[in-house]
Order: sequence, then C-alpha cells, then structure tokens
Amino acid sequence: MSSATRANSAADAAQTKDGHGHDSVEGEPHGSVRGYVTGFVLSAILTAIPFWLVMGDVIGNARITGFVVMAFAMVQVVVHMIYFLHMDTRSEGGWTVLALIFTATLVVITLVGSLWVMHHLNANMMPMSAEDMKQHMP
Amino acid sequence: MATQADTATSGEEEALRFYETEDHPHAPATLIGFWLYLMSDCLIFAVLFATHAVVGRNYAAGPSPADLFDLKLVALNTAMLLFSSITYGFAMLEMQKDRRAATLLWLGLTGLFGIVFVCLEIYEFAHLIHEGATPQRSAFLSSFFVLVGTHGLHVSLGIVWLAVLMIQVGVRGLEVDNKRRLMCLSMFWHFLDVIWIGVFTFVYLMGTLK
Amino acid sequence: MFSNPDLQTLVFGRLTWDAIPLHDPILIVTFAMVALGGAALLGIMTYFRWWGPLWRDWLTSVDHKKIGIMYIVMALVMLLRGFSDALLMRSQQALASGGGEGYLPPHHYDQIFTAHGVIMIFFVAMPLVTGLMNYVIPLQIGARDVAFPFLNNLSFWMTASGAATVMASLFVGEFARTGWLAMPPLSGADSSPGVGVDYYIWALQIAGVGTLLSGINLIATIVKMRAPGMTMMKLPIFVWSSLCTNVLIVAAFPILTAVLALLSLDRYVGTHFFTNDLGGNPMMYVNLIWIWGHPEVYILILPAFGVFSEIVSTYSSKRLFGYASMVYALVVITILAYLVWLHHFFTMGSGASVNSFFGITTMIISIPTGAKIFNWLFTMYRGRIRFEVPMLWTLGFMVTFVIGGMTGVLLAVPPADFVLHNSLFLVAHFHNVIIGGVVFGMFAGITYWFPKAFGYKLDPFWGKMSFWFWLTGFYVAFMPLYLLGLMGVTRRLNRIEDPSLQIWFVVAAIGSVLILLGILSFIVQLVVSYRRRDELRDLTGDPWGGRTLEWSTASPPPDYNFAFTPVIHDHDAWSDMKRRGYSRPLTGFKAIHMPRNTATGVILGGLSTVFSFAMIWYMWPLAAVSFVAILVVSIAHTFNYDRDFDIPADAVVRAEGERTRLMARQA
Repeated sequence: MSSATRANSAADAAQTKDGHGHDSVEGEPHGSVRGYVTGFVLSAILTAIPFWLVMGDVIGNARITGFVVMAFAMVQVVVHMIYFLHMDTRSEGGWTVLALIFTATLVVITLVGSLWVMHHLNANMMPMSAEDMKQHMP
Repeated sequence: MATQADTATSGEEEALRFYETEDHPHAPATLIGFWLYLMSDCLIFAVLFATHAVVGRNYAAGPSPADLFDLKLVALNTAMLLFSSITYGFAMLEMQKDRRAATLLWLGLTGLFGIVFVCLEIYEFAHLIHEGATPQRSAFLSSFFVLVGTHGLHVSLGIVWLAVLMIQVGVRGLEVDNKRRLMCLSMFWHFLDVIWIGVFTFVYLMGTLK
Repeated sequence: MFSNPDLQTLVFGRLTWDAIPLHDPILIVTFAMVALGGAALLGIMTYFRWWGPLWRDWLTSVDHKKIGIMYIVMALVMLLRGFSDALLMRSQQALASGGGEGYLPPHHYDQIFTAHGVIMIFFVAMPLVTGLMNYVIPLQIGARDVAFPFLNNLSFWMTASGAATVMASLFVGEFARTGWLAMPPLSGADSSPGVGVDYYIWALQIAGVGTLLSGINLIATIVKMRAPGMTMMKLPIFVWSSLCTNVLIVAAFPILTAVLALLSLDRYVGTHFFTNDLGGNPMMYVNLIWIWGHPEVYILILPAFGVFSEIVSTYSSKRLFGYASMVYALVVITILAYLVWLHHFFTMGSGASVNSFFGITTMIISIPTGAKIFNWLFTMYRGRIRFEVPMLWTLGFMVTFVIGGMTGVLLAVPPADFVLHNSLFLVAHFHNVIIGGVVFGMFAGITYWFPKAFGYKLDPFWGKMSFWFWLTGFYVAFMPLYLLGLMGVTRRLNRIEDPSLQIWFVVAAIGSVLILLGILSFIVQLVVSYRRRDELRDLTGDPWGGRTLEWSTASPPPDYNFAFTPVIHDHDAWSDMKRRGYSRPLTGFKAIHMPRNTATGVILGGLSTVFSFAMIWYMWPLAAVSFVAILVVSIAHTFNYDRDFDIPADAVVRAEGERTRLMARQA
C-alpha cells in the first residue's frame, strides 16, 4: 500500500517539477487525485462499518464490538496519515515520521498510564462499586 | 593565533574549505515547525482523551451516552468532515497546478462543509443542554463537552484561518508564502480529521456500547 | 466610582478597592520601593533618551542574541523576587519554630511559598534556560538566526506577560495559596474562591504558550539550519542537550496547558473534572500534572548538563570524553522522563505493582545521569585544567549534584517515600538538584558566554565570591532541612511547635543569608565588570580557547553572526579550524538577508496581559475586547509579507574591516 503511494507521490512530484517547479514549496510530498480518492473511499468504508456494527448491534457482544471498532479506528488513522497527510519516511529527512512515532508513544503512555494508575487507585482506595457496597453492608 | 591572517596552508589541507562564499538559503522550516505544533496539539487531545477514559463513565446518576447520543447525527457529522477532507485535497491539487480560481472554489467548498459540521455540533450541544445534560451535570458530561468542544473549536479556528487564506490567495495569488500557508492549513485540517476518528470511536461509538 | 453597582460589576468584575492590600505593611513597603525604583529607572531612561533605542534595538528585535539576553535579564529580575520570598520563609520559620508566631500569618505565608515555587521554576529557571539556548544555539550551529525569528520575539513577550501577571498579584489581589502545582480540590472553586488560583492559571497559560512556541522554534532551528557538514553526531553537545530539552518542552507543555484548562473550566464554568462531587476525580489532576511535571525537571537540567559539558571540555583543553555515550544518555533520559511521573505521588495508594514499576524506572533513569558524571571526570582526567569561574561552578555542581542525585534515588524507593513524602527532606532534595544543577549551570553558562555577548569578561574576583557564597550558603541552608525532614518535619508549615528544632531553622536561615550574599556578589560582579570593561576586554572573540563555532566570530557577534556560513569537518568545529590553520576571510563579502524587526510581539504580549487580567477579575467586556484584539492583530500580522531586508554588502565590509583592525591591535 505504502509503496504504491510513494510511487504516486514521486510521479506527481516529477510532474510538478516539469510544469512549474519555480513556485512550489520544497520538501512537501504532493498528493494525487487517485491518492485522495482512494483515501476517501477507504475512510468512508472504515467509518461506515463501525457505525453499522454499533447502531445495528451486529455482533451482540459489547466487548468484542468495542475491540473491533477500535481496530477500525487504528486502521483509519493510518489511512489518513498516508493518503491525506502524505506521511512517508523520506519527507523532511525522516524528522516528521520520527516526531510522529515519538508523539504516538507519548500518547499511548499518557492514555495507558493514566488508566492503569487511576484504575489501581480506584481499586485500592475506593471500594465503592455497587457489588462492593453490598459486601460492605452490615 | 590561528585567527590571524595566516594564509599559508599546507598542501594537504588546501582542499578543505571552512566557509561558503556563496549563500545557500536554508530550506524553509515552516512545514516541520508546523508539524511539531500539530504533535503538541495531539498531546492536548491525548490529555482530554485520557480524562474522558478515566471519568467518562462517572454519570453521577445522570444521563449516560446511550440516553443521549444520536448516532445518526454523528454519522452525518463525520460525513461532513470526510467530504471537507477530500475537497481540501482537491484544492491542494489545483494549487499545485497554479489554478487560483479552482483552488478558491474547492477551498470555499471545504469551508462550507466545515461550517455545516460546526453548526451540527452546536445543534447537538444545544439539544443536550436543553435536555438538562449540561457540562455541569456530571464528570462524564464535562469531559464529553470539553473533548468534543475542543475539537469543534479547532475546526472553527480552521474555518477562520481558511477564510483569511482565501482572501490572501485572492489578493496576492498563489505565491510561495501562500502556498506554504495552504499546506500548513492542509495538515491542520487533515489532523483534525484524525482526531475526529478518535472522537467518534471512543466517545460516541464505544460510549454507546453497554 | 460608579453609582450603579451593576455597571461597576460589569466593567470591573470583582475588582474593588479592597483588592489593594493597604492593610499589609510588608506589601506597602515593597510597593513603595518598587514604585520608587521604577520611577527612578523611568526617569533615568527619559533623561538619557534611551526609550527610542530600547524600543528599536531590543523590545521589537527579532535577533536571537538580543532576545536571549532579554530572557536572562528578566530571569535575573525575577530571581530577586523569588529569592525575597525564600528569605521571608526562612526567617519566618526561624522565628516561629520556637513557639513564637513569627510575622507571617498562614494566609500570607501560603502565598509566599506558592509564589516562590512558581516564580523560581517558571520565571527564573525556564527563562534562564531558554535565554541561554536562544543565544547560543544559532551561534553554535553556524546559523544567522533561529528558524522563526518573529515567533521567537513573540515567545519572549508571552513569557514576560506571564511574569507581569504574577508580579501584579503582589499588589492587586492575592496569589494562590495552594503550593506551586495548585492541586485540587484545594485549588477548586469551593476551597479557593479568590483570585489567587486564577492569577496562577493565567500566568502559567500565557507563559506556557511562549515556552511551547520557543520549543518548536528551537527544534526546527536545530533540525533545519545547521551549517553544512554538521551532521547530528557532530553537533556541539550543548545543542544536543538543547534539542532533547526542546523535544521535552514540545511534548510536555501541551499537557500542562490542557490540565490547567480543565482546572479553569472547573473554576469558571462549573464542570466536574477534579471536584469531589458528581464524578470528578482530583487525583486525575495530580496524575496529569506530573506527566508534565516530571519531564519539566529534565527540561531544566538537560541544558545545564550541556553547559557543563562545554565548560569541562574547554577548560580541560580536551575533547569531551565519550561524546557518543553522552548523546545516547541524553536521548535515553528524554524518553525515560515520561515513565517516572508517579514517583511524585507514591503515597496516593495505587498499590504495589504500580509503585514498584515507577520506583524501578526512577532508579533506571539515574544510570544515564551517573554515566555523565563519569564522562566529565574522564574529560578532566589528564587535561590541562584552568580553574576559571565557570569551571568552579562546574566542580561545585559535580559534588553537589551527586549528593542530590543520591537522595533522589533514596526517595525513589516507595517505602522510603512513604516516610519522606512532603517532608523537608524532599524540599532539601529538589533544591539540592535545582540549585546544585540548574542554578550553578546557568551561572556557569552566563559567566562562560558573557564575553561572547558583551565583548569583555566578567570580573573573576567577584565571580569567585559569588560562587563560594552560593556553594557554602546552599549547604548551610539545606543540609539542616535534610535532617529536619528525617525527623519528620513536613513542608509548607508557617510555624513549628517543637522548640528543640529551632536551631536547625536558624542555621538554615543563616544559609539563606549566605546565598543572598552570593546573589549580591553576582550583581556587584556585573557592575564591577562593566566599570573595568576596558581591562577585561577581549578582542579576539575567543577568550577561553573555545572549541565550538560561537568563538569563531566577533564578540559581540555582528547582527548576521557569520559573514560567511561556516563549513564543518569535525567535532568541536572551531578547535578543528584552529588546528588546521583556518584564516578568516577578509574579502568577498556579500549582502546578507535578515529578518526585519516587528512590534507585533510586544503588542500581542501586552494584549495577553490585559486579557488574562480581565479574566482573573471577571471583567468580561474587557476580556472579550482584548481577545478579539489578539485575534485581529494576529491576523493582521499575516497580511504583512514584507518581513526581510538585506544588510548591504558595504555594511558587512565595514563591520568585518573593523574586526580585522581590532584583532591586529590585540596582536
């Protein structure tokens, strides 16, 4: 998938250079009609399916549906990154991808870390769910 | 000292140059700089998502997502944002071909989709508040309003920026500075799309699940 | 004022005459002194007609060198304020630990320790670090300015706006009484209904925007504007440490911004993020703010590490030992900085697995830090060491910081932390690393680069006085706090009931007076050096036998830094150039393209101050007007496409010719 995009954007960059290279901003990979349309169609599909799964209660199990929906979101984020944001390892000497990976790591740390820490706090310090209440009731 | 004009250099090091006599202007750093800004913005959203993940199920005996969310409306909103993404993409393609009128047309269309998106969101918020589901009602509603609202605020700022850029492109044409700005806004716009994927997945869809 | 109270409330919000603390003699005297000093300053400036040059050459300047100097000047001014708070606290505790009352009631004392922390971290340490990075980075990488010169000016004014807001709280209203991180529910609307926490929030938000923008700017500068030949592994080590710092800034400050925004929503709108009722969770605030707070610690210390590395290498006349390991250590610290935040609140009760994870990561992060100490020692080993003042600061740092680091590892053990949490032991620990690390580092850096910035060295006698007073003052002031902490004294108390402890507080107060002498010596040093500037003058541009590119240009450097862009072949580019017999180009100068000065930064900074003041006091119309004004000015600025100009070739020829003449005279 990504190699196709790379070819696309390379072809497109070459095309721009032939046409009117003097006025273009350096270092930015360009998209193409095909790239944008592919991205759009993929995104539409990847959006529609999760909505359908949840609205139609297709799977019937909330936990599994949740994981499936999350998986679709991850894939769609990647699709957007490639087709709309034109991420590839070469732009800006790899610094954009490096920054993205670093940020993604921190986002994961922030989300997972907070959830883990706060979950433990609740479990240890606030035995106050409905079941706990019943257990602690005299 | 070596800094004194001691021009006699040995043969071996004659080839080494210690300065450039011709000026090579640096490649503009705007795009990488703006990308770094987006990464920092991404972390703002990470905090909001984390907060929603932690307190998002604290309904305080108030309404829960299943009672409140109208997924059809959310789907419509998502579609608006997706359409605006592809129209912005087409604007960028026209920009690369230096076609000012076509660029402006696609930009205008993008702005319209953006405005519809923001209006739908305002409608949704007004509806919720009218029903008594205000941000003050529970921690869940606080984090819902702030997370979705922050995204909406970004889109609104994007629309203002888009309008300013359309004026600037109209006045000065597709010159280098304007092209660079359009590229920054393009990154901003598509970045907001990515954030929205997180919003509809984690807040709306997974919130509605039991 | 207005006969109609509704109109008055609309315009002035909750600001009334009661907000001016006329009842407090300490504040009245302070205000009188500030007013007199300010009036004298304004008078002098008017008399010498300095307003025009100040505005044209400094306030509106986009030159990274001038902005760097302005940052440092601001930090030193704020240091005086922050340190006054420290003296007040030390004297209060010395007086009130023997059963007496002292002179500071709790509500005042609480504001003082909060202001002390906030000012020292955000408006002393941060601007010192940012100022030094601003000044040095472009020179060290052979660039003519930073990547976004206007943004740089704006960043400075945002930081200055935050500083002004904190200072305003001294005379109008009050400051927060919550400690420097304003933890809810204490900082919530129910417990702190006054303006104190709002001052805190807005000062930090505005300054935070400045910090973030400057972080982005400096990363882009380092990534994009290095001189040809300067690959990443040939970067001067200070630039590497700055890069890591700025990565931390860009990745951490948004978290602070977001969490403070949530706190302000709780206070202004009545949401329930961090409240005790309706599902809010105050511990979430603690969790989030430390995700920012721990990287912040490394934001402060990494540039100091960079400064020490440069200094050790220069004054030992040797290449830095283990350059690559130094770089890896920096990068590892950068990443690990995000995995240790929970050690600030082990005691919240999150259980064994969480606590041991974060305890272990904390201990791991001390490994790369320790490796650096060995690198510096091995750099000095068999070097020709010159004990100039910057080197003294460095040696003082190495001893002091190791002690601070070891008490830190002690605190990283969760069971030990349960005993020592929020005690004076902790206070002693973080002052040990911040004074011994950051403050010593910044003084070392200022002394080291001062001749570059102004063309003459700082007077060494007063520099040594300052160093020895700071060093002894630090130990006398904080070693007693370690002891008191071990004996169980908690922090943030305005009086202690046990008279047997008083002696330690008296010793600590004496220590703070020694530090005061250190600060005064530094000021004397500036004055004396200015008066003796002709004796201390350096015309070579390279007074210390420097190793990096900034020493290859004139002192002070011309506006364009380098007449020709340098080309780099090896580490320590300047020392490599000297070794290979580099000769300074004398002809062939061309016009140089430079950014133009602009007043937009000053205006936006001023408007932000007005906006935050209006928000603090609930002056909604003023807030709305100033917000719209900020938007309009920002947008108007984008319509200005004419942002550069050329320094004509003959101006460059003149400047370089002058330098040639001076160097000939020195020789």
